[in-house]
Amino acid sequence: MKHIVAAGVVLLASAVSSVASAERSYISIVGSSTVYPFSTVVAERFGKASGFKTPKVESTGTGGGLKLFCSGVGEATPDITNASRPIKDSEKQLCASNGVKEIVEVTIGYDGIVLANAASSPRMELSVKDIFLALAKVVPSADGKSLIENPYKTWKDVNPALPNVAIKVMGPPPTSGTRDAFAELAMEGGCSQIPMIKEMKATNEEKFKAVCMGVREDGAYIEAGENDNLIVQKLGADPESFGIFGYSFLEQNADKVQGSKINGVEPTFDAIVAAEYPVSRSLYFYVKKAHVGVIPGIQEYLAEFTSAKAMGEEGYLADKGMIPLTEADRAKVEASTKALQTIGM
Amino acid sequence: MTDQQLTTRAKVERSMTRRRRAEMRFRAYGVMSIAFGLLCLVVLFSNILGQGLSTFRQTVLEVNLHIDGDALGISRQSSEAEISAADYETLLKNFMREKAGATSRDDRRLAGTLVSVGAPWQIRDAVLANTDVIGDHLRLEIIMDDDVDQWYKHDRDIGQPGRLKDNQIKWLESWIADGSLHTRFNTTFFVNGDSREPELAGIRGAIAGSLLTMLVTFLLSFPIGVAAAIYLEEFAPRNRMTEIVEININNLAAVPSITFGLLGLAIFIGLFGVARSTPLVGGLVLTLMTLPTIIISGRAAIKAVPPSIREAALGLGASRMQMVFHHVLPLALPGMLTGTIIGMAQALGETAPLLMVGMIAFVVDVPNFISDPATVLPVQIFLWSDSPERAFTERTSGAIIVLLAFLIVMNTAAVWLRRRLERRW
Repeated sequence: MKHIVAAGVVLLASAVSSVASAERSYISIVGSSTVYPFSTVVAERFGKASGFKTPKVESTGTGGGLKLFCSGVGEATPDITNASRPIKDSEKQLCASNGVKEIVEVTIGYDGIVLANAASSPRMELSVKDIFLALAKVVPSADGKSLIENPYKTWKDVNPALPNVAIKVMGPPPTSGTRDAFAELAMEGGCSQIPMIKEMKATNEEKFKAVCMGVREDGAYIEAGENDNLIVQKLGADPESFGIFGYSFLEQNADKVQGSKINGVEPTFDAIVAAEYPVSRSLYFYVKKAHVGVIPGIQEYLAEFTSAKAMGEEGYLADKGMIPLTEADRAKVEASTKALQTIGM
Repeated sequence: MTDQQLTTRAKVERSMTRRRRAEMRFRAYGVMSIAFGLLCLVVLFSNILGQGLSTFRQTVLEVNLHIDGDALGISRQSSEAEISAADYETLLKNFMREKAGATSRDDRRLAGTLVSVGAPWQIRDAVLANTDVIGDHLRLEIIMDDDVDQWYKHDRDIGQPGRLKDNQIKWLESWIADGSLHTRFNTTFFVNGDSREPELAGIRGAIAGSLLTMLVTFLLSFPIGVAAAIYLEEFAPRNRMTEIVEININNLAAVPSITFGLLGLAIFIGLFGVARSTPLVGGLVLTLMTLPTIIISGRAAIKAVPPSIREAALGLGASRMQMVFHHVLPLALPGMLTGTIIGMAQALGETAPLLMVGMIAFVVDVPNFISDPATVLPVQIFLWSDSPERAFTERTSGAIIVLLAFLIVMNTAAVWLRRRLERRW
């Protein structure tokens, strides 16, 4: 009995220590949940086609991913982090202070954010100003002199040209990168058109940001969690409500939901490529240069990701709903990635 | 007539109907609450089964493919590496174009997208398994794209095109008519790891990850839990110290599981440097979570052993340790095992603590050891529910069915063990 217990303890201890010190033979990727669907497709094909192990992709969110990425150099830290926004200066500093001094930035494509409703309802035509007025926490009063709590109950209140339907928008929570991008692109774009708030930008930029990006909390904007599928399902059940989510979900569910026109442009593949659709953003990933050559397969993975077969206009990522770069831009990215050009810290 | 004038008997008889009614009402409430519970269960199960059962059927196309050795640049004598590297994708695309009779550029593209991305790998594996088919014909059931699968299983019955184009539906209808397009049992779902293509995605990786994680959890939590329960119940002196320990154990059982994840992140990954996303670190975290359950149920099982057995053993000259290991532990073990199984079943369904230690990950390769990157069943369900492809909705429910099956088996085993081994005194 004693011997068995002792042997068990020794075995377990050795297993733990061997596991802790084992060399990692696969690429470790973390980061944005928006880039996750694209990054995983590349990882899977890379694993099947090349002799390398399939990379492990974790969905941690852009901020969480960069935090892990910048926690140091070594096998315990990720090699690549996906991001739905560029790296911030504060994050660069964190990286540098932990010894991550050389980072390669790869732009992979665009993602459109759509405001959609059930396909059975009429398609809406909104301007970014309408979106701001409908969703902001505070809006200018009727005389345009002061800011008041958002009084608008229906879309018609916002703009007489819109239907008389209660404002009900389901969207992601504040922790989401999609929400950040939507607030920045759609709402801030809309509030800059209001002279009174625009003046504020010069005098008090912090307040300007707070006013523009503050979303109302009186029930008209419903935080529906990060699960975009759930939003799509709810839109089908309630034809008067709207949802905010990524273009790839619109593409997959084109028979159930339709994207509203924003500033007169419908969210289509072509419109986002041509940068006509106002609410779209770039997607990136960042590579730790110190890991290239240490963890096997990083360079080959980068080559697969930036190839025309994957990221190109007719590539398989476009089939998955990613909006590709133009061919010229892609070739530039491919070349700079191959040369492992680092960003300024 | 006042109450005082009545006999006791009359009083009792008068209150009888009222009391009977009260009892009937109480029974009715009980039946109603159980019926409500059952109704919820029926709704849940029928919803999941309704959405998920179709996962177990997969749409395939029966083809008789000519493996043209010259076009592929291989022969029966070629090495394995050469055969692996041959371009089966073009071979299959050309075959599909011909089969569909597609001529225009658009049609040719549409015909190529009907089959799964994994189909060329399927052909490669079949050729590798039997090189004699090179230069000959290969009969194969080719996996179709998820759009075709969804259309055939769902949209076709209600006359909807799904995500397919008119021409594609025309071709598919003709293949259904000649019997080459049909569904078969979805073995892919059970033998593959995760994939971003719904038709190739399977739960084997998640099941292997769950089993490895459970193994680590069991190996650590059972011995530690049983030892702690025995010590606390049989050896520890009753004082302030043991009382504090007891309160803490009971508290730990009620702590939200995500807290254990944070603890695991800080201690196992931060301090000891255990690799992220492995069954080892997942098992360690779940051990923390299951320990209180095992200790509490273990102590209850030990308490249930009558003192007479202890006294008899001691009276015959056994030492305390002999008394515990020879008499008390064997009698308490069934109860402890039941508690352990219930604790493990709880751990099997857990996602929140694993989120913190990086097990929410896309892992294609099936893990073989506790140090390989892995994910577990509930996490797989969570990941699929968040995927844009519609076919994953069905896969999500399919994986839930499998998880429920595991949980039902474990809980039934716990009940069965208790029934079989339970001793009454």
